[in-house]
Order: sequence, then C-alpha cells, then structure tokens
Amino acid sequence: MATQTDARELHAVPSEEDQAGQAYFDRIIAEDSRIEPSDWMPEAYRKTLVRQISQHAHSEIIGMQPEANFITRAPSLKRKAILMAKVQDEAGHGLYLYSAAETLGTPREELFDQLLTGRAKYSSIFNYPALTWADMGAIGWLVDGAAIVNQVPLCRASYGPYGRAMVRICKEESFHQRQGFEILLELANGTPAQKQMAQDAINRFYAPALMMFGPNDDASPNSQQSMRWNIKRFSNDELRQRFVGMIQEQVKVLGLTLPDDKIRFNEETGQWEHGELDWNEFYEVLKGRGPCNAQRMERRREAHENGAWVREAASAYAAKQAQKAQVA
Amino acid sequence: MATAAKTPVTEAGQSANRGSWPLWEVFVRSARGLSHVHAGSLHAPDAEMAVRNARDLYTRRNEGVSLWVVPASAIVASDPDAKGAFFESPQGKDYRHAMYYKKSEGVKHL
Ligand SMILES: [Fe+2]
Ligand SMILES: [Fe+2]
Repeated sequence: MATQTDARELHAVPSEEDQAGQAYFDRIIAEDSRIEPSDWMPEAYRKTLVRQISQHAHSEIIGMQPEANFITRAPSLKRKAILMAKVQDEAGHGLYLYSAAETLGTPREELFDQLLTGRAKYSSIFNYPALTWADMGAIGWLVDGAAIVNQVPLCRASYGPYGRAMVRICKEESFHQRQGFEILLELANGTPAQKQMAQDAINRFYAPALMMFGPNDDASPNSQQSMRWNIKRFSNDELRQRFVGMIQEQVKVLGLTLPDDKIRFNEETGQWEHGELDWNEFYEVLKGRGPCNAQRMERRREAHENGAWVREAASAYAAKQAQKAQVA
Repeated sequence: MATAAKTPVTEAGQSANRGSWPLWEVFVRSARGLSHVHAGSLHAPDAEMAVRNARDLYTRRNEGVSLWVVPASAIVASDPDAKGAFFESPQGKDYRHAMYYKKSEGVKHL
C-alpha cells in the first residue's frame, strides 16, 4: 500500500488505481453503504474526517473539566457518584473517538499534540464557566442534549469506525441528559432561591448550547461537502431548529423559561424559529478569547505533563517484563 | 499532515503506536453462549493493562462477561485491494442455500 501512496503523490494525473478507487468510493457513497479503514478514499474525505473526529474527541476530553470541578461539591453522595460516572463516560467517549480517528492513519500522539499546542479546536461550549450546582443541570440538559441531537445522525456517518463509535456514545449520552434535567427539576421545585439558580443557569447556557450546532448554513461552506459524503445528514440550522423545538417543550415541565422571546413554530416552513444568536461571540470564543479558554488549555497541559511519569513507569515495567520473559 | 496518507491495515490502524504503547483490539462476550465481538481498540503498555483498560473502557455498564485483547499487529487481514475477487467463489452457487430448492416447497418438516 505504501508504494501506491507514493505514486499517488508523484503524479498529478490520477493513476488508474485512483480512478478505480474513486469509482468504488463513489458507488459505496451512492449506495449509502460504509467506507472502512482499508478502503481507498479521497484525501479530502480522509482529512475532513480526521479533523472532525479528533475535534470531537478533544471536545469530550476538555468537556470533562467544567463538571469534574463540581465532583467535590456535589450536594449528596448519590449526585457525586452520578457526576463521576458521567465524567468517566466523557473520557470514554474521547477514547472511542481517538481510536476511530487513528484508523485514518494519524497516530494518537499527533492528535494529542495538536490539542496541547492549540492547533486543534474543540467545542466552544466548554470555554464557558460552570458557576453553580445548577450549571451541572443545565450542562446535562442543554449541552449533552444538543450533543445528542447532533450525534444521533452521525451514527449513520459513511465512515464505519466513526459511526460505530457514535452508536456507543449515543447509548451513553441519554443518561447524561436525564441526570441534568433531574438536577434542574429538583432545583425548580425547591426554594425560590434554588429555582432562581436553575433559571439563571438556563439563561447562561441557552445561547452557547444553540451555537454548538455551528454557524448558520450560509456561513458553513464545508457542510455541503460533508453532506454529499454522507458524513453529515442534516444541516446545522436544521439540527438547531429541531433542538429548539424539543427544549421549548421540555422547559415547561421544569416550570422555567428559555431566555428567548422569539421562539415560535412557523406553520409555513414547519420549522421552529428562535432569536438571533451572537455569532461574534462564537468566533471570539473559537479564536481563544472566551472566558475559560486559557484555563481549560492550561489544565489539560498540566494533566498531560503530570501523567507523564505514570506513562513512563508503565512502559518501563512492560519492557522489563518482556525482557524477563525472553531470558526465561 | 504527512501521516494522513498512511493506510492502516487493521480496524484501528497499524501505523498507530502511542510512543511505545502498542495498539490492542478489544473483543467482548456480552453474555454466556455468545461469541466475543469486536468492540474497539485501545493503547496499553502490556497485556495486563490492556485487559484492565478494556474493562474500564468497554464494559462500564455490564456489557460483558469476558474480554479478549489482541495485539493489533497480530491480526492478519484479507487483502483489501482484492475487493470482490477474493470472495467471489460463492457467487453463482445458490445451490448452497436451502432457498435454491423450490420443488420441495410445501413438503412438511423439510
Ligand atoms: Fe460525551
Ligand atoms: Fe455527555
């Protein structure tokens, strides 16, 4: 295989093999079947997937931080156990996704390096602070909720390992959303101060959660190509509207409100509409100027460096055991 | 991205070596009486750590009663470029399936 790859790079005119590969790839996509790691695929498809899957993995890993900060402050042992299980799940999600990204030929070390050096992005939602216990509720309900709406169609992504990782992830996410919703429900039925705390958390997380679906369709040129490749199945705006429709109903159960008086169902388009989002803020946060970007990255680097001795010790032990086995 | 063009052989990519930590493919038996099924992969320094990590990563919700971890480098795969050719021989051999035999339709317990 390596020699074929080299040949591909040398010739500007597609080789016979590339043409055959492209034809096979096109057929698989047209049939809505799945591409597997050893299949020929266009370089742009591979690159898009590595970027998307690794960004997704980074988001899971960075996303552990806002909630991990509250593990020691959970109001009960039960809540503490639940929160730990959720944070552990997010670590798992990161690992499933790194594995999927690696099948495309980019080693894990390189993916880590891209994150730690700030070359790779992660979801901007995790650059907002979690200020109160109610934020654990809002994050579970709105942030994991938005993630689910985004991720369910990805279970059918054309790249096999990505789709399979998403199936596993989606199964686990529903618990995340429900535990969040129940935190809010308990607060909403508590004292007036607790109810206010829940409302305040929703007010702060509503807009950033809606922005998780990415820029508006007319500002998201890559989406079209991703949809042609069957990686993406619905546009950013479609998914965002679907999510708004769900949460505007769910918030009634909480007896709270969404901080958006423009939400309405458009009978003509059959779509939910919502107020204008502040895309300037989105791009500012994406560029690293959000409230917690520096803190999140610093914490990630610190964790990586502090773990170095564990990784080294494990390698040394494995090497020693292997040597012993050889001698014996 | 120079590494992007490398074509992995196994599901999780032959080229993936996390420093000196090899890649392991994980197989989970979900219940007694069922086969081990491929669940995914992970990096671990040795077999013992691979099994422990596999437990933490792939069986947090009782998904398994048994685990196999296999060094990804030990897996031999059929040639991906052979595509159909390698699997072609059963084609046109419908007589290997019960459905091929129509005259006996309606005969009981057959
Ligand atoms: Fe997750
Ligand atoms: Fe989650």
